[in-house]
Amino acid sequence: MNKHILEIDRLNVSIGADKIIKDISMAFFRKKVTAIMGPSGCGKTTLVRCINRMHELIPNTVVTGSITLYRKNIYEMNPIMVRREIGMVFQRPNPFPTMSIYDNVIAGYLLNGIKLTRSEKDTLVESSLAKAGLWNEVKDALHRRGAFLSGGQQQRLCIARALAMKPRVLLLDEPTSALDPKSTAHIEDLISELKETVTIIMVTHNIGQASRVSDFTAFLYLGELVEYGTTEKLFTVPDDKRTEEYLSRKFG
Amino acid sequence: MNRVAFRLVKDLGFRIYLVASTSVLLIPLGLILYYIVSNGITVINWDFLTSLPKPPGVLGAGISNAIVGSGLLIGIAGALSIPFGVAIGLFLNEFSETHLASAVRLCVEVLQGIPSIVIGIVAYLWIVVPLGGFSAVSGGIALALMMLPMVVRATEETLKLIPHSLKEASLGLGVPYYRTMIKIIVPAGANGILTGVLLGVARVAGETAPLLFTAFGNPFMTVNITQPVNSLPLIIYNFATSPYPDWQQVAWGASLVLIIFVLGLSLLTRTLIKR
Amino acid sequence: MRKTSQYNPEDRNIRLYEAIFKLVLKGAGVIMVTLLVALLVTILWQSWPSIREYGIHFYTGRKWDPVFKEYSALPFILGTLATTLLSLVIAVPIAISLAIFSGFYVNSGFLASAIRTLVDLLAGIPSVIYGFWGLFILVPVIRKLELSIGIVPYGVGILTSSIILAIMIIPYAASIGRDVITMVPNDLKEAGLALGATPFEVVHRVVLPYAKSGLLSGVLLSFGRAIGETMAVTMVIGNANFIPGSIFDPANTLSSVIANEFAEATDPLYISNLVHLGLILFVTTTIIGFLGRAVIRRWSVNR
Repeated sequence: MNKHILEIDRLNVSIGADKIIKDISMAFFRKKVTAIMGPSGCGKTTLVRCINRMHELIPNTVVTGSITLYRKNIYEMNPIMVRREIGMVFQRPNPFPTMSIYDNVIAGYLLNGIKLTRSEKDTLVESSLAKAGLWNEVKDALHRRGAFLSGGQQQRLCIARALAMKPRVLLLDEPTSALDPKSTAHIEDLISELKETVTIIMVTHNIGQASRVSDFTAFLYLGELVEYGTTEKLFTVPDDKRTEEYLSRKFG
Repeated sequence: MNRVAFRLVKDLGFRIYLVASTSVLLIPLGLILYYIVSNGITVINWDFLTSLPKPPGVLGAGISNAIVGSGLLIGIAGALSIPFGVAIGLFLNEFSETHLASAVRLCVEVLQGIPSIVIGIVAYLWIVVPLGGFSAVSGGIALALMMLPMVVRATEETLKLIPHSLKEASLGLGVPYYRTMIKIIVPAGANGILTGVLLGVARVAGETAPLLFTAFGNPFMTVNITQPVNSLPLIIYNFATSPYPDWQQVAWGASLVLIIFVLGLSLLTRTLIKR
Repeated sequence: MRKTSQYNPEDRNIRLYEAIFKLVLKGAGVIMVTLLVALLVTILWQSWPSIREYGIHFYTGRKWDPVFKEYSALPFILGTLATTLLSLVIAVPIAISLAIFSGFYVNSGFLASAIRTLVDLLAGIPSVIYGFWGLFILVPVIRKLELSIGIVPYGVGILTSSIILAIMIIPYAASIGRDVITMVPNDLKEAGLALGATPFEVVHRVVLPYAKSGLLSGVLLSFGRAIGETMAVTMVIGNANFIPGSIFDPANTLSSVIANEFAEATDPLYISNLVHLGLILFVTTTIIGFLGRAVIRRWSVNR
């Protein structure tokens, strides 16, 4: 029954005088990958930031409407709790520079002051790194700082860090925009594997990426949700003219 | 052709002038260091560092009480100004655009520009008068007022340079804001803040004017913060302006100790900045 | 099954800590403002008896004589002006050439960092040590000079103070000057050199005109610094409470008279008069500081 994990209802967002998100309603499917695409400035990053309330860092942001996680309105929850349930990976890899790889993975626990036993930590680190496809590469350097890792490895470390908190939803905000093609391919493979365990919502400016890894795709244009459906349908027989134009222009 | 030659000569002349005026600076620095080292080195030994000042004519004088007093004053100044200054720096960083923040920035700027002797007057009126006498704590507070702007500046400037992504990473993990600041942002800026603190210590360690009528000076050893204490700059001032040659010798020794401490700190700070 | 619940700390606690943390930060800001206002009020309040008692006469009288309860700031204002202006005359040319040298000719490499270290070292030496050195090394030199030109050989006095003060403010002025000169866009310097101008001509026709107001603010800020400087001046100025007649005369500055007399002043009006001198110092240095920073800000925005 419960196919929808997260529902957005009549969401409006404005920053100062600018309306960034206009009356968006949509629901995300559990353990699927949903891609949100659109030209830059269409509000896709703002939309995912609203989902774990990271938009609150930007001053003068006004949000109306609701977002519910398993029928619980996240705007009535503590933002801190929301963020523990809905993890986020950012455009640029941002591991904590002063922490070892090991500590980076369990940073969410360390920083929140959540006590774990040694063995709990070890298993958590290993399983999270394994899920992020990084375990084999770093298992001999767990207690070194992450500075020597490549950009792609650092981004996977950030994914492991988010996974370690055992979130129900993982938000990826253009996770490969700062990476080289090889690392990008690696992360895309990883995303397909991760949907076994977690619901993924991914912002991308790359149409090819959306078509390769997502089950559902939403197309945003100027703050409006133009079209939302299975990736297959949206890419083959889009309903809306704007979607078609966007796709064809991008594909040449 | 001649004109070009003339221009080149002018340029050469200008270069020579620049090099010369730079070397003019070397002379006083060299002289000051030379006199302090050559006069100071002859009096400094273990006894000098560990005994008390003596009346003129008595052998075996030292500056132990001034060293302890300087430490005490710097300790009080640091204990007051570092947490307060870091908190203000955090405030300025977080509430950057508010009216209160502009007011605070203005106040910090004004405080930094207040002559040290005026700070001394204020500490006298605020602490010495109500307590009914000179004391280490009044001196420490005067020095804290001098250190505060440096700590605030260093904290604010450092935090400004910390990438926003670090804050996002932590908040995105569901870490509360206050923990993010205390556990991620402040440690990430620790080096810069420490630099500011060390520069502040180096500055106040040599301050004399605000201590003249607060810490006042004391020929004996004390660690009681409600009593007057001696400090290195105070003993240098009092003994240097005294008519007794053996006291003046003690002042040279104290100067060498002070200058090693202050310049050592500033060299340490430079290596920190490079890292 | 939900693992979140097992480490879910009490929601309310987090909100509370969050609120407390923000309150502490704001509180620190409020205290900072209060502190400065209190400081200003204290000085004004304590100078009030002196202002009420002497009024304008405090600025026009010719003598400061506590024994006869005659108080005027004029000798010290003139003493301060004479010492600081003379020190600027000595310091500014040296500081600017240092700034040009390290900001334009050698802005990288060993020599540049050597100069920077030198300047930092000079800036780091405590005032009292400058004063001590001045008292024992510079004063005898000036005394000889005075003997040779046939005037009263005090040794101490305005000239001696100015020289010490100049040595002390050169590093400060030079580092502002260097910052200003390095901020002159490289394209301009290179354009000048590419046209076949010699470095001197580039400095003279491009860099200096461009950096003019930035350098002016550096001079202003150094002036403010020099006015407030106390210990070194106190030790070599000679402490004479009358209007100086020449640069070889002993005198007193606003700060040196406070340093000398404050601890011994017992009469409340005497103290109030000294605080009044402090008020003058505070107001002038603050205004000069504001001017200097305003000029440099406008300059760096408009450039």
